[in-house]
Amino acid sequence: MSAAAAIRIFVPVDAAALSVGAEAVAEAIAREAANRALPVEIVRNGSRGMLWLEPLVEVETPQGRVAYGPVAAKDVPGLIEAGLVEGGAHPLRLGPTDELDWMKRQQRLTFARVGITDPLSIADYRAHGGFAGLQKALALTGAEIVQAIKASGLRGRGGAGFPTGIKWQTVHDAAADQKYIVCNADEGDSGTFADRMLFEGDPYLVIEGMAIAAVAVGATRGYIYLRSEYPHAHRTLQRAILKAEAAGLIGASILGSGHAFHLEVRLGAGAYICGEETSLLESLEGKRAIVRAKPPLPALQGLFGKPTVVNNVLSFAAVPWIMDHGAQAYADYGLGRSRGTLPVQLGGNVKRGGLIELAFGISLREIIEDMGGGTLSGRPIRAVQVGGPLGAYLTAGQLDVKMDYEALAAMRAMLGHGGIVVFDDTVDMAKQARFAFQFCAKESCGKCTPCRVGATRGVEVMDRIIADVERPKNIAVLRDLAKLMTDASLCAMGNLTPMPVMSALNHFPEDFDRPPLPLAAE
Amino acid sequence: MAGYPVWNQEAARSIIAGLAHLEGATLPILHALQDEFGHVDPQAVPLIAEALNLSRAEVHGAITFYHDFRTAPPPRRVIKLCRAEACQSLGCEAMVEELAETHGIVVDGEPAGDAVVETVYCLGNCALGPSALVDGELIGRVDAARIAGLCQQERAQS
Repeated sequence: MSAAAAIRIFVPVDAAALSVGAEAVAEAIAREAANRALPVEIVRNGSRGMLWLEPLVEVETPQGRVAYGPVAAKDVPGLIEAGLVEGGAHPLRLGPTDELDWMKRQQRLTFARVGITDPLSIADYRAHGGFAGLQKALALTGAEIVQAIKASGLRGRGGAGFPTGIKWQTVHDAAADQKYIVCNADEGDSGTFADRMLFEGDPYLVIEGMAIAAVAVGATRGYIYLRSEYPHAHRTLQRAILKAEAAGLIGASILGSGHAFHLEVRLGAGAYICGEETSLLESLEGKRAIVRAKPPLPALQGLFGKPTVVNNVLSFAAVPWIMDHGAQAYADYGLGRSRGTLPVQLGGNVKRGGLIELAFGISLREIIEDMGGGTLSGRPIRAVQVGGPLGAYLTAGQLDVKMDYEALAAMRAMLGHGGIVVFDDTVDMAKQARFAFQFCAKESCGKCTPCRVGATRGVEVMDRIIADVERPKNIAVLRDLAKLMTDASLCAMGNLTPMPVMSALNHFPEDFDRPPLPLAAE
Repeated sequence: MAGYPVWNQEAARSIIAGLAHLEGATLPILHALQDEFGHVDPQAVPLIAEALNLSRAEVHGAITFYHDFRTAPPPRRVIKLCRAEACQSLGCEAMVEELAETHGIVVDGEPAGDAVVETVYCLGNCALGPSALVDGELIGRVDAARIAGLCQQERAQS
């Protein structure tokens, strides 16, 4: 058989797809195709983000790619029999992938290639617009690149929403013998997985974004700090960096421009606090990840005391598109002070969960009800946590709020890294409030007293409330403790732990007033 | 994941020497030692301290700060069960209770046979929870019976 005649079948290698059997599906397709002497080339792509349909198998036809899912290995002989390789009819056939409602509704800039290309193929990356942004950036001065990022309105996607261009400007203007680019890939928030999907599905994009940052500010070394809970992403990234160096895309001379940029992945070690940028820098330096007081800003005294750009994965990943298509084109998406697109991650108790990239401004209700289809359990939605473990719990009645930094802040909630976790009506919000403290107690770095001690006191107060011990008094203590932690903690861990707690108390007071559970019989 | 070699001070020294040139080499060294031996033996502390010109206290502090690092050999199989909010919304806490009551497996407790189930907060599989990471492989839509089966499978093999 000639390679040209081979039919391309896509089976994702994304960890979420693998978690529900994609590897066995790929093996079954290879086996069936070999048995029938069908000329098939299996491409291991990233995930399209329709995670409830994983493993999602696609076949390339003259009319475009046709999707089938969720496919189990045992379905494969029947699928091949039904003419999978021609896009034939079958109960699992979903139709042309790009015509699926989930895909059609999105505005994929950052995730444009994820699920479409072979993640590690540089040729594929280039063929789909890869390195165009970097090429254009290399023709500009550092100051011009910084100006473009500022004009795009891009704000840090890690949660704080700080304007990326201003951070870059500070590092650009600093004089130093060494500057660093650091990518915060310690995606520890429950309900978030966009960074992981991007690394597994389109790793060169973040590498390109970091290289542009290096050119812009005059940095020659970079680190990606990746959490150790992502072994698949780690493998893909390491291979991608080696291939990118071998191809001269980074290393001694970025695309032959003379700009050096040496990039390394560093693995975290299971500490949530390392998502906080100064604690991440301490960890990169080889120390206990104890948060630093600011100032000095990392932009001036960051890694090893040198000027350092620390950005989230999704911030770097937005940069190549901005450089390629122009700052204004990016700023044309979104609303108010939230410009561009946001990769939203929908998870928890939801029927259709996954990755949705859209301009800022869509409502939570549209995402959860229209795209997500409500709860997986079929029960009513009761609570939705937005922005990770430090984000607020909202009620089913508050879901008309728009995905926008300011709109959420106005209701004492936050967008965070764009994660949405849905809970049905079996959730006990007092328990969730207790968990927020318990998590903080376990993950606090211990530097400041409000967070280190407050979290433990918080668990105790919640235990008394749940056990119906002097509830009014303990709720008063809880409010006082929350205010203290918010006002006096050194970083977001202690500042924001009260957010889920207080939102649970204020939005779901009935859960703080239930009869105590009888003690379990010994 | 079974079959780590016993701790070997000379082999550890050579791993450390191979990585000591890195900027901020502590974590890469600790990971490399744990990958090789399944744990970071306390005997590594003076070796790392000497190679990186750190105090033993600084090295000990780093080892104990991070949840990942073990100071004793692990059971043959380590199952990391996600207990963060997205998995909570799909009943992971009920699963933890079921594991204890029906299968006698206590999460974060003593190993069940040669396997241990440990708590982890988020594996990035939040749309297909509850999730677990077993020998480096991610499993979605997991339930107590599957976890118990994975523990027993290890028992049968060992």
